Amino acid sequence: MEPSQLLPAREQMAFTLGFHIILVPFGLAFTFLMLVAEWRGLRRGDRDALVLARRWSQVAAVLFAVGAVSGTVLSFELGLLWPGLMGRYGAAFGIPFAVEGLFFFLEAIFVAVYVYGWDRLPGWRHFWTGVPVVLAGIGGTLSVVAANAWMNQPGGFTLRDGRVVGVRPLEVFFNGAFWYESVHMLLAGYMVAGFLTAAVYARGLRRAGNDRMVRLGLMIPLTMAAIVTPVQIFVGDVVAREVFHREPAKFATIEAVPTTGTHVPEVLGGVYSRGRVLGGIPVPNGASLLSGFRADTRIQGIDAIPEEVRPTDREVTIVHLAFDVMVGAGMYLLALSAWFGLAWWRDRGPPGSRWFPLAAIVGGVLAVVALEAGWVVTEVGRQPWTVVGHLLTRDAVTRSGNVWFFFAATLVLYAAVAFATVHVLRVLRRRWRDSGVDPSDVPYGPARADESAVGEG
Amino acid sequence: MSTFAAVVLFAGVLAYAVLGGADYGAGFWDLTAGGAERGRRPRHLIDAVLAPVWEANHVWLIFCLVMLWSAFPPAFAAIMTTLYIPLGVAGLGVVLRGSGFAFRKVLVVTDHQRAAGAAFAASSVITPFCFGTVAGGIASGRVPSTGGGDPVGSWLNPTSVLGGVLAVLVCAFLAAVFLTAEARRRHDESLRRWYARRSRLAALVTGAVALAGIAVLHADAPRLLHGLLTRGLPLLIVSALCGLGSLTLLRHASPRAAQAAAIGAAGAVVAGWGVAQYPYLLGDHLRIAEAAAPTPTLGALTVVAAAALLLVVPSIALLFVLHQSGRLDSH
Ligand code: HDD
Ligand code: HEM
Ligand code: HEM
Repeated sequence: MEPSQLLPAREQMAFTLGFHIILVPFGLAFTFLMLVAEWRGLRRGDRDALVLARRWSQVAAVLFAVGAVSGTVLSFELGLLWPGLMGRYGAAFGIPFAVEGLFFFLEAIFVAVYVYGWDRLPGWRHFWTGVPVVLAGIGGTLSVVAANAWMNQPGGFTLRDGRVVGVRPLEVFFNGAFWYESVHMLLAGYMVAGFLTAAVYARGLRRAGNDRMVRLGLMIPLTMAAIVTPVQIFVGDVVAREVFHREPAKFATIEAVPTTGTHVPEVLGGVYSRGRVLGGIPVPNGASLLSGFRADTRIQGIDAIPEEVRPTDREVTIVHLAFDVMVGAGMYLLALSAWFGLAWWRDRGPPGSRWFPLAAIVGGVLAVVALEAGWVVTEVGRQPWTVVGHLLTRDAVTRSGNVWFFFAATLVLYAAVAFATVHVLRVLRRRWRDSGVDPSDVPYGPARADESAVGEG
Repeated sequence: MSTFAAVVLFAGVLAYAVLGGADYGAGFWDLTAGGAERGRRPRHLIDAVLAPVWEANHVWLIFCLVMLWSAFPPAFAAIMTTLYIPLGVAGLGVVLRGSGFAFRKVLVVTDHQRAAGAAFAASSVITPFCFGTVAGGIASGRVPSTGGGDPVGSWLNPTSVLGGVLAVLVCAFLAAVFLTAEARRRHDESLRRWYARRSRLAALVTGAVALAGIAVLHADAPRLLHGLLTRGLPLLIVSALCGLGSLTLLRHASPRAAQAAAIGAAGAVVAGWGVAQYPYLLGDHLRIAEAAAPTPTLGALTVVAAAALLLVVPSIALLFVLHQSGRLDSH
């Protein structure tokens, strides 16, 4: 009874979303870093900061392109893979995407003006063309996450005979999960952009020592990430409690709670199998305390989910472990932020320890890991539903064609694109390293005819 | 209300056909520009002209998809479950094209550039071909209202192939005129001639194929042809006149006028299709009103479209003005 398209469609959706989401922080928050650098450069007449802003804008242009095309594929996939979802609920689910489209339109336009406007638009005027990019990135992210939140807590529509006959657009957009999911994702985007950029420059720190450009490239993103991280941990805690109240089935899956009860331990790690958690370290009363601040808080177990719509043991294990990975990564990043904050407070610079660059590099990787893991919690934790309570994933999937071919082609193509992206970024880095700070690289200086000559080669 | 939503959707299709079309067409000339040495200058012009605008042009595609799935969900599902092969190819083609283009600009080594450029150019031809076959499949009524139609016959048929070929040609024509105008703006006489020759060639071939298409449609999709030759006729005539006009203007008048005429030529053909098909969304069996989402959804989309009109159109205008005044040259 399970359509043969289900497995490849799920795999493909997961893969392409997981790919797209890595690029999202660059369109969303890296552009903010770029503006911070430019602001600093203009405000204090800091040449290095301006050069940095300009280089970052070139990186942003490349990554924005990859993000845009991978997002386009997602739009196709919603129809190609999940026609049951779009055909039935497009009238409601589609609305946030329309708003998203508007924002990304603006973002694409102003990214172009900003990136190609160096040298041509004078100082602050150029800076201001970057502001809509950042705002549109935030607006776009809020809208897409609204769509996702709607799948978790659908609302704002009326059904008759299984057809959507009434829609209340504002309720669709501002659904029950909207605020906490979108804030959590926004902060995640800023964390990932910050830690990842810092990781790149931390590598440089190890090699180049105290080059000022490298230092600046480390300090700007790391400062931002270190400010955002504690907020994010707080928000994550709120999110978990909201999920506990609003999506008890998902919460049971996250905590891998086999049976409903009080005094539920928080199990770290472990594999869920036939109603039991194998392995793992239980913290007595942990889950009850965290969700209701009292040891006798009652938590609904997996046994309370009707059998037909219960997630499989494997899904429970995946969600549970993904949650632990996210929280673990969050804790590491919090510690890293604290270390950095302390050093900054003491001597206005990054920690001098020779372990710090390594710690920052690991931080960059773990930020991405947390982002991916968090999305696995949300998406796999929703199974077997695509629209909770309304549409099962197996009813959403397409019944046409062999999806494995499409998936295979996608894998090959994305591998090539990922490889080329990394290659292109390395080419850019090498070019910058070799050229040092040549005058043609300084924004608002003479036009950089020479560099473009290389580009035409 | 649903007709209004359909008009908005179709406006998106038109914008994508014209702006995205010129982009794709540039890829066509890139592909056919010859070896690395010979094709260097035409390719460079393409790079310089496209870089700042291609992403914005391409968001129209997203706009169309989003409008279609929100305003006409059943039609969207029907199209996607029937025409999934050309649409899947087009989707991946978009990736190849966008990333190939973005990468080529940065790369230095000719071999790498060539690989990225080839990816860009080849997918610039395949993608519009696929979209053309999709349009042909829809117009000739091969997408059943409930979806799940013939996965091969729906796009490998005379009307679809005609649609695909015409799409590629119209894109090539548009791009050639745009690039001629651009070369002229840059006072590059030899490049101007290079592209002007190709504009004429593309116009000639497009016109010939369109005429031959009458026979194809007569045999394969008589109702569509009937619509085109009655309600759509004024638009087809406008298109032909604009096409001829743009060629004359290229030679004598300002580049901008030639561009406008080329846009008119391409836009009028697409609009002719829309008018011929009205009031149906799919072939002549699914009416616009039958497929429409509930009114509040259409209302919300109207608000979004109005906001787009207020925000996006001036922004795009700013982008194009800066671009055409040479303030955003990509080097
Ligand atoms: C840098 C990334 C990052 C970090 C450090 C954290 N998270 Fe997170 N988390 C995400 C990134 C993320 C996300 C952006 O990937 C998700 C997926 C969906 C969403 O809204 O945010 C997410 C989802 C998510 C969910 C599921 C929400 C849902 O399904 O509706 C819960 C319960 C938490 N998080 C809880 C936490 C807690 C308790 C954290 C504390 C340490 C935490 N997160 C740190
Ligand atoms: C939580 C998940 C998502 C977030 C936070 C997100 C955010 C973003 C951001 C910030 C961009 C800006 C461009 C860039 O960075 O390259 C982008 C691009 C895009 N996204 Fe996503 N996205 C998400 C999921 C999706 C999904 C599910 C779809 C489609 C169904 C989608 C469709 C798109 C499209 C079409 C673009 C390109 C817009 C353009 O052409 O500029 N995204 N996304
Ligand atoms: C707006 C944002 C998003 C939307 C609208 C969305 C939508 C969907 C849909 C329709 C499915 C298939 C049906 C289902 O399994 O429920 C799916 C599955 C999935 N998505 Fe998302 N998604 C979004 C963001 C993300 C992100 C950013 C990730 C990052 C990794 C992700 C990971 C997954 C995974 C792993 C699955 C497979 C779940 C499974 O079948 O077990 N999603 N998503």
